[in-house]
Amino acid sequence: MIAYFRRIQVRVRHFILQKITKTFFLRRAKNRIMASLVKVDVESGLSQAIVEIKDVTFTRGDRIIYKNMSFSVPKGKITAIMGPSGIGKTTMLRLIGGQLKPEQGDILFEGRSIPSMSRKALYETRTKMSMLFQSGALFTDMSVFDNVAFPLREHTQLSEDLIRLVVLMKLQAVGLRGAKDLMPSELSGGMARRAALARAIALDPELIMYDEPFAGQDPISMGVLVKLIKSLNEVLGLSSLIVTHDVNEVLSIAEHVVIIAEQGVIGSGTPEQMKEHESPLVQQFLQGLSDGPVPFHYKAQDYEEELLAGSQQ
Amino acid sequence: MIDFFQAIGHKTLSRFASIGRATQMLFGSLVRVPSLRKGPALLVRQLYMVGHQSLLIIMVSGLFIGMVLALQGYTVLVDYGAEDSLGPLVALSLLRELGPVVTALLFAGRAGSALTAEIGLMKATEQLSSLEMMAIDPLRRVISPRFWAGFISMPLLALIFSAVAILGAHLVGVDWLGVDSGSFWSIMQSQVSFEKDILNGMIKSFVFALIVTWIALYKGYDCIPTSEGISKATTETVVHSSLAVLGFDFLLTAVMFTG
Repeated sequence: MIAYFRRIQVRVRHFILQKITKTFFLRRAKNRIMASLVKVDVESGLSQAIVEIKDVTFTRGDRIIYKNMSFSVPKGKITAIMGPSGIGKTTMLRLIGGQLKPEQGDILFEGRSIPSMSRKALYETRTKMSMLFQSGALFTDMSVFDNVAFPLREHTQLSEDLIRLVVLMKLQAVGLRGAKDLMPSELSGGMARRAALARAIALDPELIMYDEPFAGQDPISMGVLVKLIKSLNEVLGLSSLIVTHDVNEVLSIAEHVVIIAEQGVIGSGTPEQMKEHESPLVQQFLQGLSDGPVPFHYKAQDYEEELLAGSQQ
Repeated sequence: MIDFFQAIGHKTLSRFASIGRATQMLFGSLVRVPSLRKGPALLVRQLYMVGHQSLLIIMVSGLFIGMVLALQGYTVLVDYGAEDSLGPLVALSLLRELGPVVTALLFAGRAGSALTAEIGLMKATEQLSSLEMMAIDPLRRVISPRFWAGFISMPLLALIFSAVAILGAHLVGVDWLGVDSGSFWSIMQSQVSFEKDILNGMIKSFVFALIVTWIALYKGYDCIPTSEGISKATTETVVHSSLAVLGFDFLLTAVMFTG
């Protein structure tokens, strides 16, 4: 008799839970579809951009990183920012995230200026974007499950039952549902990055920024990540911004490419346009040539002179 | 010569800038405490990490310092037939000086360095940045609970240290060297005053707790996020907080126990 009631109780609870999840997620999905419909109506080129960089100048110490740089990140697409190492690609992401402020110029996220936001508004805006750090940046004192649950527990009032459902769904999406009880130290590099990706999509952001997602990955996990980024972008309808210098991987999924070098944008367009681009610097970068506009040798005095001068010093 | 003055000026300026950043951090973590819903759990966890984990080293050191004090004190006092005063000698030196100071030094070595290394590592592995990008304030979430945990637990540890040390002194003085147990306790009770000795010792302890925890957190929060930077910051935490504790101890003693 008691077992019978228990079964009814479980069934009712399950039913209610399902109802809640459905309404919760359906509403978000509906909002998103409505929003995208509105966007299609307005469709006039620029209004599609989720992030706009306008004449940004940024220096670090005496070094100029960017000078009057402008480009935009289209909504709902995968955008790749490429360029040689050390030209401040990660800095770009930190500027968009509001962790750094540009000296001049403006950065717009959904039409609102990030650098001039109050602290509160900035924090609110940040819940709409998320960032996948190069190292994954999982919290080392929490299991994978708790890591993914962390933003949900911090920013929503969902019950633990619901959080569990959402976390399992996110982990399933990146293929790590079985690893939910592992600690970050027990994960391989590729798995850590996927777990971090699950955490990044936990709050269903509008924009995900990937900081060198392919760096130091073996070919298999590289392939997995490429597929994941593409499918997440399509399924969740979000915008992706990838900073990388793995040319082949990113050209296979990116719909818009921006190449940064020499303190500014040297080329932007679709991958096909970039392959035909007339700039020798763009070509050197895409083809990976060792010498060209970016010289093989670091600035130095004349070779012969220096060799001969050695004996006099 | 000009280079020399330039170097001094540069050093001074950067020192002041760093003091400014440290004050900003302290202020930030005092103002922005975690919400009532999440705060207690975070604080309890840090109290465990910072306070409870330091308990063993504090108690063992306390026991030995008490025993050594009793031994040394006895050999001097017995020449004058004043070995009955061993109780107040031990209790006063512990409550006024050794308790707060040695606890602070041990705390800097055990908990302070651990705090610096932990926060430095969180910075190096971009965990602090990722908190910020998740719209969670690292000062509120990471620094503030640790600060309060250190500030609360160190004075308690100092009390435990003194208590264990007095028991150690009793062990050596009374049970081994044969001082009379009654006079050990009764003279101690009549000589030690609550306000002058115990309370002042506690005040010292709170000041040291503030200094050590602050230095440890700031060094971690401000370190260069590489393995070299973290090891340097950890060393600096121990060195700077030990020196600061000894310096402030002199100042506080001069204010409290003279005149």
